[in-house]
Order: sequence, then structure tokens, then C-alpha cells
Amino acid sequence: MTDLKLTKGNIALAEGALQAGCRYYFGYPITPQNDIPEYLARQLPKLGGTFIPAESEIASINMVMGAAAAGKRAMTSSSGPGISLMQEALSYMAGSDTPCVVVNIMRCGPGLGGISPTQGDYSQAVHGGGHGDYHNIVLAPASVQEMFDLTIKAFELADKYRNPAMVIADAMIGQFQEPCRLTPKEPVVLPEKPWALTGRKGRTPQLIKSLYLGDGEQEAHNMLLVRKYREIQDNEVMCEEWHLDDAEVMIIAFGTPSRVAKTAIIQARAQGIKVGLLRPLTVFPFPSKQVYEHSSRIPNVLVVEMNTGQMLRDVQIAAHKDARIHFYGRPGGGFPYPEDVLRELKKAMEGAYERSL
Amino acid sequence: MNAVFKRPESLNPALTHFCPGCTHGIAHRLIAEAMDELGIVDRTVGIPGVGCCVFLYTYFPIDVLESPHGRAPACATGMKRAQPDKIIFCYQGDGDMAAIGTSEIIHAANRGENVTVFFINNSVYGMTGGQMAPTTLLGQQTTTSPYGREFKNEGYPIRMAEMLATLEGVAYSTRVSLHSPKHVNQAKKAIIKAFEMQINEMGFSVVEMLSTCNTNWRVSPLEALNVIEREMIPYYPLGVFKERTGKDFL
Ligand SMILES: Cc1ncc(C[n+]2csc(CCOP(=O)(O)OP(=O)(O)O)c2C)c(N)n1
Ligand code: SF4
Repeated sequence: MTDLKLTKGNIALAEGALQAGCRYYFGYPITPQNDIPEYLARQLPKLGGTFIPAESEIASINMVMGAAAAGKRAMTSSSGPGISLMQEALSYMAGSDTPCVVVNIMRCGPGLGGISPTQGDYSQAVHGGGHGDYHNIVLAPASVQEMFDLTIKAFELADKYRNPAMVIADAMIGQFQEPCRLTPKEPVVLPEKPWALTGRKGRTPQLIKSLYLGDGEQEAHNMLLVRKYREIQDNEVMCEEWHLDDAEVMIIAFGTPSRVAKTAIIQARAQGIKVGLLRPLTVFPFPSKQVYEHSSRIPNVLVVEMNTGQMLRDVQIAAHKDARIHFYGRPGGGFPYPEDVLRELKKAMEGAYERSL
Repeated sequence: MNAVFKRPESLNPALTHFCPGCTHGIAHRLIAEAMDELGIVDRTVGIPGVGCCVFLYTYFPIDVLESPHGRAPACATGMKRAQPDKIIFCYQGDGDMAAIGTSEIIHAANRGENVTVFFINNSVYGMTGGQMAPTTLLGQQTTTSPYGREFKNEGYPIRMAEMLATLEGVAYSTRVSLHSPKHVNQAKKAIIKAFEMQINEMGFSVVEMLSTCNTNWRVSPLEALNVIEREMIPYYPLGVFKERTGKDFL
């Protein structure tokens, strides 16, 4: 196919943002995501967009908030330590129904950590991260193509629900190159944003705020947020089901480990072991229904992650009560290999339901 | 009969939440009068900091974005870049701008963001109950400097208007006071000038206003005005520290 182009994950993501109509990018350097701001610094001015190398991640995300409140598609990207600094503003945006896209090309931590891939920021992304009861919409690409496609999807969902959307990819997906089609599957439509702060001309003044001090107001507001999250859970789950029809063991993995798992599955099937994969593309909303349904039929479950078991907890909550959930995790700084996954698969089938770290 | 004094169009007929005697209300009125006179209220967006100023939308019939503590200048940056034809102002307290938000204000000013910042310096954190701020005067007692601020422990009070004036991106930086009718008139001129700087795309403008917090200073409203005259002005001199006249950027 002629429209396939060998592209690096981070670049595919940045190109996805541009094609989604994002014209405002604010960011601060951190490895392993620097290709994103560097690419956008070159491209945005050509498109009449704005690129600002911000003084910190705190400033970046607040600039995003300003542009987003003005009704524009705006984005920032970072990695672990920088994403930690952004949590305050993410909480504000979630609390005030302000859409934005934030990218976390995850590196291993805690602290300064290292720059090699991990999925250690799953809990931070999926279960809040900032203060208060709120959720980001969280997308987890596993290929360069998905870096492009899911970034466009992230803008779409952020605007649809007026909510922050995060793309979490590990350093591996950000850095490697694959053939990729850099045109959107469907034409991108920029939505109207009548709520944007554009000056009151011709209408009554509008507010974007999260402070509710009146009696019962904060609870009422929080309940609106809860309703929104339920709607997202009902409508926006995306996951891949791979060789699950005849499977006796089910692997659940997202991002890079899901690709390692696919290789292991091919090898296992060559040995007559019937394995399938359930791969969340959205981790909030989490594919709880899918996990429940498949685990009631395939009670042997192996969760593979590049952390110490952060998605595992979501799987445990969602799974059928009779499911036996085995965990294999690498906490960052090292990788799961197909032979590791194969070994853990066999343990899972023998009934050694445990956590292997 | 001709009305000689009335509520500005750009000020809502709202009950104030400010303490009696607080000059935040005067600052609000002056900004409203300026919006009236410049005819900009239809295209203005306000971004308050966190503190006693957070209820900006109660008083001004304009679009308002509530920003995190200290981050208003970064929000204003994104907002203004997204719609350069709109008038964007921040309204920040001293705790907000001179402590938690120093990074954001310095860099927005240094980039020459074409926005206007109104800075209320009342030398304490007002809303949280009168704790020491970076602008608290030496010797001044607050709830967290109960023995009086001492430079060996808490450092010196920060002069924001002077500091920001050193930055190339700043078009206009001034300090005014709200403690007497004469000073209020001067403050009004400064506010209009700051807005004009933005309207004329000259770059970043900031108006520091010496303001009372009689509640947390634990003095009467009248005495609070004297405190500004007697104690604040000697350390925080009034005046224009930077005023760009042409668009001749370096
Ligand atoms: C991150 C964060 N830290 C602390 C606070 C608590 N807080 C609310 S208002 C305020 C002080 C504001 O003081 P100032 O900016 O001087 O404004 P004033 O109330 O005096 O007008 C503080 C510390 C907060 N809201 N957010
Ligand atoms: S606490 Fe101080 S700054 Fe706040 S309204 Fe009262 S007097 Fe004004």
C-alpha cells in the first residue's frame, strides 16, 4: 500500500494531533517524548498554530487550560515526573468540564527513575492522580498506527464529554518505527463549543469553574460528573479480542506487553496450548464487562504488565468470581520477553495463581 | 436630574462578600469603570487567582475562567494565544502571584504576553486567615509570623512591580494605592493605561495595587488606610517602573 509510511511512534502521535485540528501545543522537555514537541515546534507555525516552550509542566498544562477554555483543541505531552506536576490542573479541568489532551510517554520511576519503558503511571492516569473524585478518559495505544488513530480519538472523546483525555504509551511505543497510515479513518469534524469563553458579546456571560460553596452545590456538581463517567463507561469502551474463541487461558495486557503476549500466544499455539488475548485500548473506561464475560468462560487468566500490578486490580474487580488470576509484571528497567510470558502461561494453567514479579 | 455618580455598567448589582473596609471592592469598581470607558466588556475574559478575588464572576458581567492557585498568567497565556482579539486580564493576590505563582508570572511577563494583570498587594494571605505572604513587611505580625517577620528567617518582602519591570517583555509596570481618593484616581488611570497597552498590542502590563486587609491586619477600616500610607508606601513606593512608548522591541 502506497500510503503506508515508516514512522516513529511519537511522530505519529504528534501528526495525529495536528490532523485532529490541534493548533495549540504547550510543553516542557523530558525524555522519552521530546520528538513530540520538536515535531510540533516545526509544524505548528506552518499551520497558523501556536507552540510555546513553557517554563514548566505546571505552566504547560495551565496554558492548555486557557486555550481549551477558549474553545480550541489544545495538547501537552510529557513523561512521569512532568505528568505528576500536571495533576493539579487536570483536576481543575475535570472539575470544570474542560476538554484537553495530555500525552504520557511513560518512563520508569518513581522519582527521577530511568528513561526506559514502563506502565507505572497506569494508576495515576486511570484512578485520578490529582485531588478529588474524577476520571480522565485514558487511551492505551500498542502500535505506531494506534499512536496516530487513538490521538485523534482522544480529541474526539475529550470534546464529546468535555473531559481531559490522556494517551498513555510506554517509551517503547513512542520510540520504535512501523509502517503507518497517517490519514484519519474518518474525516475529523471540529465540534461547536458554545460554552467557550470568547467574551460575552451577543449572549450572557459564561464561566468555567470548579468551586461550589453553596449548600449541596458541590455534591450536585459531583453527581453530574459521576453521570458523565457512567455514560463514558457505557459507550466508549474499546478493546481487542484475539484468539479468545477456543482459548483455555486468557492473557490481559495493554500497550507493549500485549505485543509481547501476541508473540507468546503464537508460540504457545504452535505447542498446542490454546491461549487468547484481551487487550484494552481504553483503560478508562475499563472493559470490565468484557473481562467478566470472557473470564466466566475462560477462568485461567494471566495479566501481564510493565508495573507491579496496577491494571491487575481493575481486572480482579471485574473478573468472574471463579476466575483464577495469575500476574506477571516487570516494574520498569527490564522487559517481559515472550519466553517469560510462555513460562507464566504454563504456571497459570497448572493452577499456580500468584504474582510473579 | 443628571446622575453624577452611578454604578458602572460593567459591575453587577451584587452583594459584596468582601469584608467591610476591604479595598478589593474599590479595585473591582475601578476595573469596571475602565471596561465601561474603553468599551471592552463584550470581549473581555477575566481570570482570577485563588483567594478573596476568586468570585470575580459575581461582580463582573464577563466570561470568567477559574484557574489554579498562582497559575492565572499561564491560563491567560493559552487563552490570549487562542484568541488574540479578546481582552484578557488576571486578578491576583500577593499570595497567589508572589509566592506559589512566581514562576508563572515571571515567564508570562518575560514572554511579553499581551495580557493585563491586576495585582492586589495586601501583604498577607487574606482568604486563608492572614498568614505571612512574601509581601509581608519586616516586623509585621501575621498568624504564621507571630513574632513579626524577620529577614533571617523569612527573607525580605518582594517588590513585584519593580522586579517585573526589569523584564524586557513588560510594556507597563506600575504600583498604585487604594487608600485615598487621590490615590484611587491615580489607580484608575493606571488601570486604563494597562488595558490600553493590551488594546494597542504593546505587551504585558501589570498594575500592583496596595490594598487593605483590615480583617487580618486586625485594625479598623480607617486605620487600615493609615497603615498603607504609614507602613506600606515607604517600602513599596508608588510610581511607574516601566512604560513602553513605541513598539520598538529589542
Ligand atoms: C494549591 C493551593 N494551595 C493553597 C490553597 C489555599 N489558599 C486559598 S486562598 C490562599 C491565599 C490567597 O492569598 P492572596 O493571594 O494574597 O489573596 P487574598 O485572599 O489576600 O486576596 C491560599 C493559600 C489553595 N487553594 N490551593
Ligand atoms: S480577608 Fe482581607 S482581603 Fe479578604 S475580603 Fe477580608 S479584608 Fe479583604
